[in-house]
Amino acid sequence: MNNSMITIKNVNKIYDNTTALHDVSLDIKQGEFIALVGMSGGGKSTLLRLIAGLEQPTSGSVTINDSSTDSLMRVMFQEDRLLPWMSVLDNLSFGSKDKNTKAHARQLLDLVELGDYANHFPNQLSGGQKQRVALARALMTDPKILLLDEPLGALDALTRRKMQDLILDICQKQNLTTILVTHDVEEAARMADRIVVMKNSTNSYEETCPKNRNVGQIGLVADRVLGEILEEPTLEKQTA
Amino acid sequence: MQKPVTLTTTRKNFHLPVDKILPFLIPIIVILFWQVSSTLGWLSSSVLPSPMAVLQDGIKLTVSGELPKNLSISLYRATVGLLIGGGIGFVLGFINGMSNTFRLLFDSSIQMFRNIPHLALIPLIILWLGINESAKISLVAIGTMFPVYINTFHGIRSVDPDLIEMGKSYQLTKSQMFFKIIFPAALPQILVGIRYALGVMWTTLIVAETISASSGIGYMANNAEDFMDMETVVLCIVVYAVLGKISDLVAKSFESLLLDWQHTGRSNA
Repeated sequence: MNNSMITIKNVNKIYDNTTALHDVSLDIKQGEFIALVGMSGGGKSTLLRLIAGLEQPTSGSVTINDSSTDSLMRVMFQEDRLLPWMSVLDNLSFGSKDKNTKAHARQLLDLVELGDYANHFPNQLSGGQKQRVALARALMTDPKILLLDEPLGALDALTRRKMQDLILDICQKQNLTTILVTHDVEEAARMADRIVVMKNSTNSYEETCPKNRNVGQIGLVADRVLGEILEEPTLEKQTA
Repeated sequence: MQKPVTLTTTRKNFHLPVDKILPFLIPIIVILFWQVSSTLGWLSSSVLPSPMAVLQDGIKLTVSGELPKNLSISLYRATVGLLIGGGIGFVLGFINGMSNTFRLLFDSSIQMFRNIPHLALIPLIILWLGINESAKISLVAIGTMFPVYINTFHGIRSVDPDLIEMGKSYQLTKSQMFFKIIFPAALPQILVGIRYALGVMWTTLIVAETISASSGIGYMANNAEDFMDMETVVLCIVVYAVLGKISDLVAKSFESLLLDWQHTGRSNA
């Protein structure tokens, strides 16, 4: 049985005379957590934007194999993109047509441990709190696919670690198909089921991460992925 | 054995509302200086009548009904002119801000028209509309239209594209996009335009009523000038200053009502 959620087939994206993506093909299973890593300009964010439908490919196709709801897919960006004139609660409920929206929003705020901040405005929150609100907003319509475009890039190390745990926990509990774009290979090795390296505008390398990995395994995976990105020998090869 | 004595000092918290007093300090000093100068004869009443004389003239004209009548006519012209001009400015700013086609079609012509001093149109307006109400209201409308247009247009054009993209990713409809994202984001700039337009509104009205009117505060001032009635001339100037200040206060209270989120900060968290 094919349980593929997203099928990307021979996708090319060209801006003016610049090739952003070249012949990218990728199959993402339902419930899978994928991390797209690579140097800046490698095409990670472009691929994510194509999947989100914010842009169209020049050629090739991106197919979402589920059209059950309008709000199937939600994006969480690097910047929180909260509406500064709305309270936290209104920021969560503004895109929803459901009558029980407010109650659901409060549940999600509790989930991201911001239940007491429902009536605050975004400028009263810290960077980490804003990103948690953005995460809660992305989950408002019970999406099946969560697209994360470097959402933790601007956070300090401690807040970043807490957010990683929170996102992982939510994605596993809700069985979300998740695509994370990140520069941080350790973050990718910690969170993802599969890491896809984007290099020279295409997906050049893949690494499947072991389940229930320990710190050592995370380090080894990160090292291999980093070696692929930088084209340098890995620690494993050096010791061999 | 001596008992220890505890000295407690109760300090009365006498707090002057400095923030509330300071804005009035300079006007009060100027009026006091003006009054003293007039009383001591340093300032001739033929140059500038004393504040008390102006106040007495104001009371006399209020009791006779002349000041309230002219004031209400001026207020009517100002309000209707602002509503028409501000309304047109907002609609044009909205259309040109939202649509590239309309911007290309209209903006260049509007900018050309904007650069004509609107008071230079007075002879033309009088020739077209005569010296009736519509002429004065039209002048106020033309004067107030451009500040509202420019600020609405720029407010809409400078909405953070990241927020628009976020709205698109949430599949907002066009009207949701406008009412939930574009309009609130542009509102601070639109309110700046309205505040500026209020200033232009009074300036235009003074000129329009001075040149061609048989009623209104400007007419009162012009009429008083003919009779060398300095008290009424100064009174009319003071009335304009008070009206301008009241307009500004109204605009400010709208700002604090609609933009209260701007005044929150992390210290409140």
